[in-house]
Amino acid sequence: MGGRLFKNFSFFSATLSFFILIGIFSILFTYAQDSIHQFGFDFLSSEIWEADEDDEDIGIFGGFIPIVGTMLSTTIAMIIATPLAMGIAIFLTEIAHKTLIKPVSIAIELLAAIPSIIYGMWGLFYFAPIIQSTFGGQGVGLLTAGIVLAIMIIPFMAAITRDSMNTVPDVLKESAYAMGATKFEVIKDVVMPYSKGGIIGSIILALGRALGETMAVAFLIGSVMQIPSKITDPTTSIPVLLANNFSEAQGLEMSSMYYLALILFIVSFIIISVAKFYFLGKKVK
Amino acid sequence: MSKLIMETKDFSFTYAGVDTPSLKKINLPIKESKITALIGPSGCGKSTLLRAMNRIHDLYPGNKYEGEINLYSADGKENILNIKKENDFIKLRQRVGMIFQKPTPFPMSIFDNVAYGLKLAGIKDKTEIQERVENALKGAAIWNETKDRLHTSALGMSGGQQQRLCIARAVALKPEVMLFDEPTSALDPISTGAIEELISELKNDVSIVIVTHNMQQASRLSDYTAFMYLGDLIEYDKTDIIFMNPKEKLTEDYITGRFG
Amino acid sequence: MNRLLLNKIILMLSTLSAIIGISFLFWILATLTYKGVSSIHLSTFSQDLVNGGIRNLLVGQFTMAIIASLIAVPLGMFAGIWLREYSNGSKLASIIRNLSDVMMSAPSIVIGVFVYALFVVPFGGYNGFAGIIALAIMMIPIIISTTDNMLALVPKELREAGVALGGSKHKIILQIVIKAAKVGITTGVLLSFARIIGETAPLLFTSANSQFFTMDLTEQFPSLTVSIYNLATYPDEASRELAWSASFILTAIVLIINLTGRYMTRNKK
Repeated sequence: MGGRLFKNFSFFSATLSFFILIGIFSILFTYAQDSIHQFGFDFLSSEIWEADEDDEDIGIFGGFIPIVGTMLSTTIAMIIATPLAMGIAIFLTEIAHKTLIKPVSIAIELLAAIPSIIYGMWGLFYFAPIIQSTFGGQGVGLLTAGIVLAIMIIPFMAAITRDSMNTVPDVLKESAYAMGATKFEVIKDVVMPYSKGGIIGSIILALGRALGETMAVAFLIGSVMQIPSKITDPTTSIPVLLANNFSEAQGLEMSSMYYLALILFIVSFIIISVAKFYFLGKKVK
Repeated sequence: MSKLIMETKDFSFTYAGVDTPSLKKINLPIKESKITALIGPSGCGKSTLLRAMNRIHDLYPGNKYEGEINLYSADGKENILNIKKENDFIKLRQRVGMIFQKPTPFPMSIFDNVAYGLKLAGIKDKTEIQERVENALKGAAIWNETKDRLHTSALGMSGGQQQRLCIARAVALKPEVMLFDEPTSALDPISTGAIEELISELKNDVSIVIVTHNMQQASRLSDYTAFMYLGDLIEYDKTDIIFMNPKEKLTEDYITGRFG
Repeated sequence: MNRLLLNKIILMLSTLSAIIGISFLFWILATLTYKGVSSIHLSTFSQDLVNGGIRNLLVGQFTMAIIASLIAVPLGMFAGIWLREYSNGSKLASIIRNLSDVMMSAPSIVIGVFVYALFVVPFGGYNGFAGIIALAIMMIPIIISTTDNMLALVPKELREAGVALGGSKHKIILQIVIKAAKVGITTGVLLSFARIIGETAPLLFTSANSQFFTMDLTEQFPSLTVSIYNLATYPDEASRELAWSASFILTAIVLIINLTGRYMTRNKK
């Protein structure tokens, strides 16, 4: 019977994403074995990344620098993006005139659609020089990567925040206005508390995206294995180290790359899950 | 005759993007310390009129007002349609409170819901806030039910309790006029009874305008009744006259349930 | 008055945020147009990368994205159909739904690493198939969630009417429910296609890149995005100019597909 085949194939397809996820986890874990075995949790705190030129199976590898680089660039991005995204969401839900809402929304969504490699190109040739002349440094570095990363995650944050602010019933806002509240007070005391879950969820989800972003950061962070001492210093991040060095790595270094990918995967997995299921809530109808 | 607290004079109102006015040259007095009911079939403009009286319409741009709506005070009268500054809007809304069809508790504790308007009004003194919250909750006949859980979320209350909380919230500001927009249409009969009782008690301190499509409610509660139809004020008089002896055929048809 | 001033300031800052956001969009688009258009020549489209054009790169990028879609769209749709029409809201369904949601935001570079281990190492080198698999893995969760959400919007009366006429379940799904959700699903497909065609990270060590025209998916495969990354770092002016024209063309493609998708849903409403 066609019906049965149809149903079974649907079921098979549905289980596929489950197996892909398990697959990613087990492959990364398996290939990272050598490095995990060798360095254990010290991998997280060791700054040294040195391959042995003669023997690919020895060498010292620690993920501290890319881990710190990832955290710092993401932190800068979040600090810049969060207020701007909130501002855009407030503008779209509470301030903009009806005729403006649509074009501004589309513009913000197009900003999200631009491929990350384009952000990298633009950032490297147009934005980095501005940062260099304003803040000093070499142009590429933490600050440049952080700001461009912020521009990339603002649309996501703003869109989810806007959607959740839009769920606040008009009458609830009206009753605050009816008591003499200003627009800002209505936003602060009614709209924000009411859509709190969605707002926090959007921030965490954007954080997840920023952590895993590769190409734009690869252009802009400088790709240098060093702990930055100033905000304009170049450094590297997990995705960038993978993008630039993965294909040339051998033996234990390769295994350490998988270890880094595993760390990134697990951290993203946790962050995204927390955002989606704890704050954004799963709407299963 | 009792004193006027508000009145509309040749008041017309047109929604944004619409050509024909939704209210046409309405002349309606609102008497001090009385309850005025606005009745009429759906779409007659009664809610539109009510929402003009604290200019809540102004949250949405492009609406057009014509005529006057005067609010009386010891210093004389003020045409509220002349208000342009945000600050004056805020003052107006503190003088003219509003209760909505569905209860609208804010996402905060019971206490903070009532204290909210006081804080907006610039009252900082903690004991004064405490006192006025308690008085407002007592005034809204909800103190006994809430005094032991003042600091729990207002969202956990029943619909009827929430509506009384919203009334308390408005009462706390000591408004001169309170506008009720079908305040019981989302509630069960028992809660409705409690709210109606509360409204009749409130009129000693505040003038009330209530929109309702429940005619029994209008006749039970109000001192004056205005019947509206398709944007016109058809008839306004003492409530017993409107219900017992209306002058207009249209009013009689509506009262006797021939349409609507 | 203090609170009124605060109100004004906050509202102004919010408006300013929107202006900042939009300015960046226009700044980026203006840069791309200015640098891109001035570097485009006829040979850009007629030559392959080895001769300073992007013909093979465009063909390669589209080939991979289209084949990835041919894999991901049916699989994702079937999965969405199972979730919405067959699972009866079971526990398994909610687990799958959640995992697929998480997959949607998984770092794309990690997917590249995964596919490298599974489809590059065993076959002895980079190949087009590996790139296609990586793109398909990125696309499947998006299609699942679109299908799932769009089917949820189809009124259940429509299914009941189909049953009442004596249709079998899979026929009702295929002939009525999917048709009713067609526009929404198509939009989802276009938006996700726009997303994967601009991807770079999952291709870096799967398909890698090729300077030559090829349709052989068992070999390194030409990619527009990977080329942009490589070209941008070359010191010579010609390479950079080519990177700009490639960037301009890529963005134009992505935004046009994206807008087409949005336009379709808007027309429906």
